[in-house]
Amino acid sequence: MSASLVAQYVMNGAMLGMMYALVAVGFTLFFGVLDVIQFAHGDVVAAGAFAGLLAWAGLSAAGVTSPALLLVAVLLAAALATALLGALVGRFIVLPIKGAPQLNVLLVTLMAGTVLREAIRLFYPGGSQPQRFPALLPSSGWNFGAFHLRLDNVILLAAGALMIVGTHLFITRTRLGLAIRAVAQDEETARTMGIDFRRVVLVTFALGSVLAAFAGVMDGLYYNEVFFGMGLLLGVIGFAAAILGGLGNLYGAIVGGFLFAALQTVGAVALPFASAYKDVFAFGVVIVLMAIRPTGLIGERVSERV
Amino acid sequence: MKAAVAVALLTAFAWFLLRAESQAAVALLLGVGVVAGVLAPRLRMGGGSERLAHGLAFAALLVLAALLREDDFSLLLIARILIVIVACLGLNVQFGYAGVVNFAGASFFGVGGYTAAVLSRSTGMPHLLVLVAGGAAAGLIGTLLLLPVLRTRGHYAALVTIAFALLLRTFLEVNDTLGGPQGLKLPELRVGPLRFNEPVGLGAFEGSFYLRYVALALLVLVLAFAVVQRLERSFAGIALDAVRLDETAAASFGLDVAWWKIAAFTLGNFVTGVAGALSAFMIGFIAPNNYNFAESLIFVSILLLGGIGNPWGLSLATAIVVLLPEKLQVIQEYRFLLFAAMVILILLFRPAGLLPRPMRRLGQVR
Repeated sequence: MSASLVAQYVMNGAMLGMMYALVAVGFTLFFGVLDVIQFAHGDVVAAGAFAGLLAWAGLSAAGVTSPALLLVAVLLAAALATALLGALVGRFIVLPIKGAPQLNVLLVTLMAGTVLREAIRLFYPGGSQPQRFPALLPSSGWNFGAFHLRLDNVILLAAGALMIVGTHLFITRTRLGLAIRAVAQDEETARTMGIDFRRVVLVTFALGSVLAAFAGVMDGLYYNEVFFGMGLLLGVIGFAAAILGGLGNLYGAIVGGFLFAALQTVGAVALPFASAYKDVFAFGVVIVLMAIRPTGLIGERVSERV
Repeated sequence: MKAAVAVALLTAFAWFLLRAESQAAVALLLGVGVVAGVLAPRLRMGGGSERLAHGLAFAALLVLAALLREDDFSLLLIARILIVIVACLGLNVQFGYAGVVNFAGASFFGVGGYTAAVLSRSTGMPHLLVLVAGGAAAGLIGTLLLLPVLRTRGHYAALVTIAFALLLRTFLEVNDTLGGPQGLKLPELRVGPLRFNEPVGLGAFEGSFYLRYVALALLVLVLAFAVVQRLERSFAGIALDAVRLDETAAASFGLDVAWWKIAAFTLGNFVTGVAGALSAFMIGFIAPNNYNFAESLIFVSILLLGGIGNPWGLSLATAIVVLLPEKLQVIQEYRFLLFAAMVILILLFRPAGLLPRPMRRLGQVR
């Protein structure tokens, strides 16, 4: 295999990994503060992408043509919509049944995801078909032999990395981040220390969802297409990545995301069957990994307390 | 006596609902149904003999099928309800008794259907055996998931089955030998000399060919219902309850937790697979689209709506979930959205479902 082809695959893998990592960080944040899996997270990703698309369509119709302005609007719309959605899901769906059996929490968030997914399919104009996502980033690039490094991909990667660094700084350097960590470590003690539990949960849900919105827009810009069902796939992969890295572990989730993308890329390249089986392979890997390391690669040690 | 009246009223209601043509009539009937459903618990209908209830329900279905003997669509709906009840009975063993989550119900239903299609197209195997083979294939493919399902629990196990549901769906779509996205057609179902796609004619009694499917589905349902209820009443049911409620305690009382989970998971998939095979024969055609993740979620919604662990509850819930979008055309397009919203509301406000599972009454087992 030539070096340029390898570079191409590495670039593709890095893009996928960044998206997965952003989604996985959301899962792991929610699990940290509430010990629940928010299965609607994947569909929040899709909702973010569609909110961005809607903003683009609206502004384009109003005559705005500057790509930079449009991009900012798309990102803002996506971030606002998902922050609101995430907080709403947290406030009205997850918090009320926090103490219920795990199965119920799981189902209720899965169903919330279904509501979002179906709402996009039914109420977004032409939502049942894949929608073209506009190319808002410069399409130039550099050639290194046969390998074409696209500027827009570089920008997306850098922006994704910035988002993750920003989240890291927020969690480690601000008072609110401290509160989030406190709640994640021990909810009751955090409450007795005067931390507003509900506020921390809602902020965490909004924060995780904004990361998801960015992943959704990134997905749209990368593939030039968004689809109402895209959240299901991204959600399952993001969750798998979060589990691989150990739920509740922020850095584990990032590692998990890139690891999963690497597996998928290697699988698509190295395995003899057609690339049509790419997703089959990805989900097969999820199942096998769960069989080998049920609580993830960097996983938590679980012991039963009776 | 009370029970007989209630079943007669329910049968009449079902007949009116199935025959109702105009949307206004359907809406009116549904309103009557909701009011009756709200009032019913106040009449204290419970407490009768279960055996009598079984007999009455069986007779009522026969009467309903005979009354509707020339109405293809209504009979198709009845058969569809019966088949989905069978599938959900399988899931009920997993979710309701053993506490093993399975979000790939429609996938195992699909494995049964695809097995039936492949076997009936390429071999001369008798079709009744093909139905059993459909179940066996579902059970067998389920064993692939055993290791991850046993080693994980809660949301981790859910992820495994969700990943499997998505995997199977994509696999069916890209695999050309299984028809790809277009799917496969099935030959006519034959049992001995009986050809299922010819009109029924017994002397003066004539009716649609769907009568045979209703009869076969009813037969399968009675078998599945009997197995599931016997299972619940037996020592196995108690062991499964123990495993679901507290694995550590169950293990310390000498129960082999892994074995019981394997048994419940495989039995459940088998039952679901048989239902899938029968459904494939009845529709005569299968495609990956019929077995997507949304359908799996509908199965789980049925369990939850009915009250997890209660076969009667899930039967009622199946009738509601299958009939509602078919009769009320306005909501057909929105059915996934509505059911999802309904499940959210149920989980938030009535987590036990419509007919919660009653306490075990071991004293009455004969």
